[in-house]
Amino acid sequence: MSSRVRLARNLRHAAFPGWAKKPERVKVMEMIMPAVSALPEMADAFAEALDNLTSLDKQLLVERHLISREHAAKSVGSGLVVNRTETFSVMINEEDHLRMQALRPGFQTREAWQAVDKLDSALEKKLDFAFDNELGYLTACPTNLGTGIRVSAMLHLPGLVLAEQINPIIQSVNKLGLAVRGLYGEGTEALGNVFQVSNQMTLGESEIGIVERLEKVLAQVIEHEENARLTLLEKKPKVVYNHIGRAYGVLANAHSISSKETMNLLSLLRLGVDMGLFPGTERSLVDELFLITQPAHLQKQISDKLSAEERDLIRADMVRERLTHVGRPVTK
Amino acid sequence: MKFMQCCVCKEKPATVHLTQIVGEKMQKLDLCEDCAKAKGVNDPTSFAMADLMMGLGASQELDPSAGIVEIKCPRCGFSQADFKKSGRLGCPDCYKTFAEGLAGLLKTMHKGTRHIGKAPEPLRQTRDKAERLKLLQKKLAKAIEVEDFELAAQLRDEIKAINGGETPARIR
Repeated sequence: MSSRVRLARNLRHAAFPGWAKKPERVKVMEMIMPAVSALPEMADAFAEALDNLTSLDKQLLVERHLISREHAAKSVGSGLVVNRTETFSVMINEEDHLRMQALRPGFQTREAWQAVDKLDSALEKKLDFAFDNELGYLTACPTNLGTGIRVSAMLHLPGLVLAEQINPIIQSVNKLGLAVRGLYGEGTEALGNVFQVSNQMTLGESEIGIVERLEKVLAQVIEHEENARLTLLEKKPKVVYNHIGRAYGVLANAHSISSKETMNLLSLLRLGVDMGLFPGTERSLVDELFLITQPAHLQKQISDKLSAEERDLIRADMVRERLTHVGRPVTK
Repeated sequence: MKFMQCCVCKEKPATVHLTQIVGEKMQKLDLCEDCAKAKGVNDPTSFAMADLMMGLGASQELDPSAGIVEIKCPRCGFSQADFKKSGRLGCPDCYKTFAEGLAGLLKTMHKGTRHIGKAPEPLRQTRDKAERLKLLQKKLAKAIEVEDFELAAQLRDEIKAINGGETPARIR
């Protein structure tokens, strides 16, 4: 679904954000923020200190994967720069002084690496990064030491979940030194059958080596997903049609629906699009709904004073309305 | 008969013995039951001694009677106890301050202990240059060996160019 590469960098002469006192963090941010904003990639970007953002704004940024949950919890002395097209985001004073990431749609980990590599090379001309010949880029947490790279891809794997093959796949991916996480990273649920696969080791392997290794594993996981779908369609077509048909039925007719249920059912709708039960043109609608029905997006569109119950009503209305022109799933 | 002493509290007899081999180093720990419990050693099979080693220093520091000088990062004042708490370091210099304790940890965490990959531009240039020179010198030795003197001369010029000589017109 999407690919991402982030690099962790720190200034040589400052304490890491978790240990630095507030004035030092503010000073670091005042140094980094203008340097990042001045990059050509960041022309006309959104740059803001986190203490100027409401918690709703921060949650919205989390839902769009532009900042981490950890970063959303920060306030004074932390900041963020996101370019207009949302292909680059730089978190300032998250766990490290700088966490820059390039986001790309689909399976484009290599392109994302090249993009963030360029951004990093431009930034290192202005900022003095902590680097050691032996240990590489120095990071607050030893788990990110070396390249400071985290390459990750979001995969939509409903076939493997339905075929109950997802756990062995996760285990074998884990054995290869890669992490499999939920939609919002560390410690989150795999809502909507979306899984995030990323590297864990950052020292002793080059960036491109890590990208290529992940690419290979991703290609294999995708192949397993495709096989699982084919097998399901061949052996248990009714089970698959039943899941998709019911998902359509609920989404097209519900009057109250939670965010979690919406995501899980939209995942089945997306599977239906992939399997040709709905026109291929509806994929973008499903993906859009996936994003705009999440709590912060919903509140941003309507009002930020909605209770969870009120949100469920509005969410259901929104989904129902958007699905009126989408016909029932056509099975063969 | 004298009991083996617990290496944490130095009082009670040690009944829990741990041995872990990290790389080529063998580390041994002998703990009494209470200290083992306090350290959360329940299942020795899924136990990373590296955590305990870092933590062990911390508990010694916290006990003033132990008389062990607490290691603190001279740059930022960060201590091992702080690392035990957060799992994060205080500043870039902490990697030097706690190099010894970290070495084992890094070994278990990563593919290697030496950085491979991108480096800041000035370093990158010197490194690339060194690598290119090494490669050319290898080629040169081979060319001389097979008596391909034309190639050897060309390679010699290339090496000269990298070492700061003029770029000979013959290349390209």
